[in-house]
Amino acid sequence: MGLLSDPNRRRALISLLTRLNAPICVVCYMAGVAWFMGLAFEPFTLRTYMSENAMGSTMVEERFPAGERALGTGREFSAHKKKAGGMPVDWLVKTMQSRGLEVFTQRFSRRLPFPDEDKERYMVKGTNVYGILRAPRAPRTEALVLSAPCSPGDDNNQAVGVLLGLAQYFRNQVFWAKDIIFLVNEHDLIGMQAWLEGYHHTNTTGMDWSPLQGRGGSIQAALSLELSSDVVTSLDLVLEGLNGQLPNLDLANLFYAFCQKIGVLCTTQGKLQRNDWDSVSGYSHAVQTMMLMVMKQASGRPWGDHGLFLRYHIEAATIKGINSFRQYKTDATTIGRLLEGMYRKLNNLLERLHQSYFFYLMPSLSHFVSIGYYMPAFGLLALILLLRALDLWIQLATPPPRTEDGVADAEQMSSPGVLSVLTPLVISHLTGVALYTLPIHFQEIAVEHFPVSETEAVVLTAIAVYTAGLALPHNTHRLLTGRGTENGWKVLKLVAVLYLAVLLGCTALINFSLGFILALTLVPVAAFVTPDVPKALSAFIMVILSPACTLLFSVFLFQELQEMPVSFLDGWMLYLSVISQGILDHALYGSLVYPLVALLVYPCWLLFWNILFWK
Amino acid sequence: MAAPLTLLLLVAVTVRAALYRSSLADLISERVEVVSPLTAWKRVVEGLALLDLGVSPYSGDVFHETPLIIYLFHFLVDYAEITFMLADVITAVALYLSVKDYNKQVFRKQKYALEADRYPLDCLELIRSPKEMQYIPLKVAMFYLLNPFTILSCVAKSTCGLNNAVIALFVLSTIKGNVLLSAIFLSLATYQSIYPLTLCAAALLYLLQRQYIPVNLRRFSFWWFVAQYAFMYLGSLFVIVGLSFFLLGSWDFLPSVYGFILSVPDLTPNIGLFWYFFAEMFEHFRLFFLCVFQINVFFYTVPLSIKLKEHPVFLIFMQLAVISIFKSYPTVGDIAASFIKHHKASSASSLNIFLVSCVLLACSALFPVLWHLWIYAGSANSNFYYAITLLFNVAQILLVSDYFYAFLRREHHLSHGLYLKRKDGSEATLVLK
Repeated sequence: MGLLSDPNRRRALISLLTRLNAPICVVCYMAGVAWFMGLAFEPFTLRTYMSENAMGSTMVEERFPAGERALGTGREFSAHKKKAGGMPVDWLVKTMQSRGLEVFTQRFSRRLPFPDEDKERYMVKGTNVYGILRAPRAPRTEALVLSAPCSPGDDNNQAVGVLLGLAQYFRNQVFWAKDIIFLVNEHDLIGMQAWLEGYHHTNTTGMDWSPLQGRGGSIQAALSLELSSDVVTSLDLVLEGLNGQLPNLDLANLFYAFCQKIGVLCTTQGKLQRNDWDSVSGYSHAVQTMMLMVMKQASGRPWGDHGLFLRYHIEAATIKGINSFRQYKTDATTIGRLLEGMYRKLNNLLERLHQSYFFYLMPSLSHFVSIGYYMPAFGLLALILLLRALDLWIQLATPPPRTEDGVADAEQMSSPGVLSVLTPLVISHLTGVALYTLPIHFQEIAVEHFPVSETEAVVLTAIAVYTAGLALPHNTHRLLTGRGTENGWKVLKLVAVLYLAVLLGCTALINFSLGFILALTLVPVAAFVTPDVPKALSAFIMVILSPACTLLFSVFLFQELQEMPVSFLDGWMLYLSVISQGILDHALYGSLVYPLVALLVYPCWLLFWNILFWK
Repeated sequence: MAAPLTLLLLVAVTVRAALYRSSLADLISERVEVVSPLTAWKRVVEGLALLDLGVSPYSGDVFHETPLIIYLFHFLVDYAEITFMLADVITAVALYLSVKDYNKQVFRKQKYALEADRYPLDCLELIRSPKEMQYIPLKVAMFYLLNPFTILSCVAKSTCGLNNAVIALFVLSTIKGNVLLSAIFLSLATYQSIYPLTLCAAALLYLLQRQYIPVNLRRFSFWWFVAQYAFMYLGSLFVIVGLSFFLLGSWDFLPSVYGFILSVPDLTPNIGLFWYFFAEMFEHFRLFFLCVFQINVFFYTVPLSIKLKEHPVFLIFMQLAVISIFKSYPTVGDIAASFIKHHKASSASSLNIFLVSCVLLACSALFPVLWHLWIYAGSANSNFYYAITLLFNVAQILLVSDYFYAFLRREHHLSHGLYLKRKDGSEATLVLK
């Protein structure tokens, strides 16, 4: 309070902030980026540890013996799948029933807004089959889920085999205190969405599905299994879910603890962890792992079938078997034992997993960075926006050289300001609405008039609307007031900077990675744009730093990090497919990234574009 | 001036009517920031249903409105939307008229003071000119009607809008100098939610000033006027409570309304300070901390009345702000009401106002986000939400103290001159300590 109300000290503070504004901003930006890069350095991270008492101290023995038989069932499943040309519903029902489960099926159908060219589907019809193992020792109020997708082709047959093998083995155990639901879902996430909506009696995306005939208690945790070979070299843990949501860290800890105990190689983001953190290559390895996680989280899409569980407060992860050229192999029995151990410990839970962190980044499977450590990186970037806003406010508040009626003059200048700020705001938001609605609505017209497929039509319309937004009338204020005033753009910039700060802050809270990546590119734009900078060069820089180009760079960077670099043409095709996937994710599962970018981030960027061309 | 006001009213009503028709209305009326257990429309409907069934609406633990409100809506339930829009319009018009009237008085006072050469020469630029003041009433009305907080609480049909209307009418009748109406509206406001009780002192000071009765504890005329006002206030309060009793046929409503406000049994999160503390507290300290928390609202009346006894209208608005910060179930509607201030704080420190409005803006955006993370996503927890609540309240307190400081500074300049000199002749600045 003293600092705010003491005029002398405040004057000193203000003069310091205005005089050193640009250097402070630059320092903040560097510090923000440096902080973020430092997160991957092992001494700055915490070791993971099990927080949940119910899972920590209890010992369990894993005795699952029947790996070979499970693989046999998998082969049988694959044969029936080929015969049925899809999900072998009857065979699955019969097999699950013979293993002593209560078996139910659910039909669902969904018409996609436009054909999905990646997965080659448009009209989707399918059936989920699930069997419930009723808990013999408890009142059946809680449940765990183990799911395996029934994928087209030869994928994931072993996963279904292991699932059925575990079902048979679990049936003979007496210590289950929670119902265990074994789910085989068709059409990956679409089937999962139908099943979850049916289980929880919600319908958020307008999908058709038949109601579930049987259900267990409230689901506490879920694992999704993806296994396409008889032996694996390592198991990969996938955590990123819808809208960048992550499961409780204890689930990852549990997986890691059992991998250590049983002696299975485990990875996250497909990267093994290394012990040489003090060497350059070790550090860059950790940075790669963390950046992959950041990119995946920022995309806002579910990276495995578990991704939709998180929306319902269910902690879930996907375990993926990877078979590479290493010597050391793990067989199906060991994987079965690992899953058995995890389910035994989850079975011991007394309450939902809540002890450990929900906001974290993982530079390796054994180390994590929690929200308190990574938020300052974003905070430093957001601080730049606040400093710029403060600077603009002081410029606006200090009256111009005092004339006889200085006060009255200032008021006359600020009164047309409202209108000249409101018009660009409305125009850019209308462009955003167009970007959000037009691509899907105009696909038929586009297909009629141009030689493109529906998917291409949607993506190209989106890009066209985006580009057209740049050419919108930027000097509406001149029509309204005759000339743009000096204060006009400052007011507009003040509004835009504050708008961006609030927007990025909210985004970073929900999905840190997305907020941080957007802040990295948008904050410099917001900081340097004025009408006085050289036009052509600044326009070029602004386009480079616009959200669409950020996405393009992200695609290349992601490929680079996965050690699968692509040529420019392939990258471009990938970019187009990423856009279409983003729109589809929004329509199918309610992912928020596409509407966020179209309705809020893009209009905000357009405001800065507007300021650049202010005359 | 009537034409812009009509236009403003039309715009405000259109915005509200459009929002009532949209799908947002349901969403808004569920937000904890907008409705409290005291003012939620859902609960009024529940109370009405119980009343129709012949059950006392207070028999459950759902309904906490006063009996007059429920009988009002017994007749008006089909026109609820119009009622709430009308309440907002009445509030705005009442504020408009009272500010206009108050401006006239300020001018008169200023003229006398100028003629008597009471102002120092160098502070002429602090003196208000008619041109400057002309738009202030309209600005105040606009600020109330187009404030997003007010719009939200009107669309959610929070009965807080009705309370605001009663308080605005009280302000109007006080400023017009109508002692009886002032007492009646004050008692109505008190009846609705106990806290406006603290406005009593401010109203009394204003009316005394208007009737040229000095505040002197030894004078008979002072005590006589206080007794008159107290009689009218308590009498009308008694009549209203008695009326409620005869309408309802029981005293059920007393514990269910006032007990509910004072003892805070419902700890649903809201934007106030109570819920988190009382959820965390050991049960046997509850009574003590209830007293500590509740006394905040009433306690500031004494020092503020002493400091501001020459400026009772400013005192009324300070009191409203204090109530909206410290009451047990605050909503954004209350805060909207408390923002209304028509003292153009001419020397208000612009930096503080900027910081505070940034914080308020950010908080308003963060409330729904953190609520989502806590309740729906399950990844954040109540601490995140409470942190934002605290920040929001700190910003409000800063805002109030800033206005207070600016007001005091203006008064100081008016009596001591704008350009202060220290004893040694160098320029001095005012410091608030």
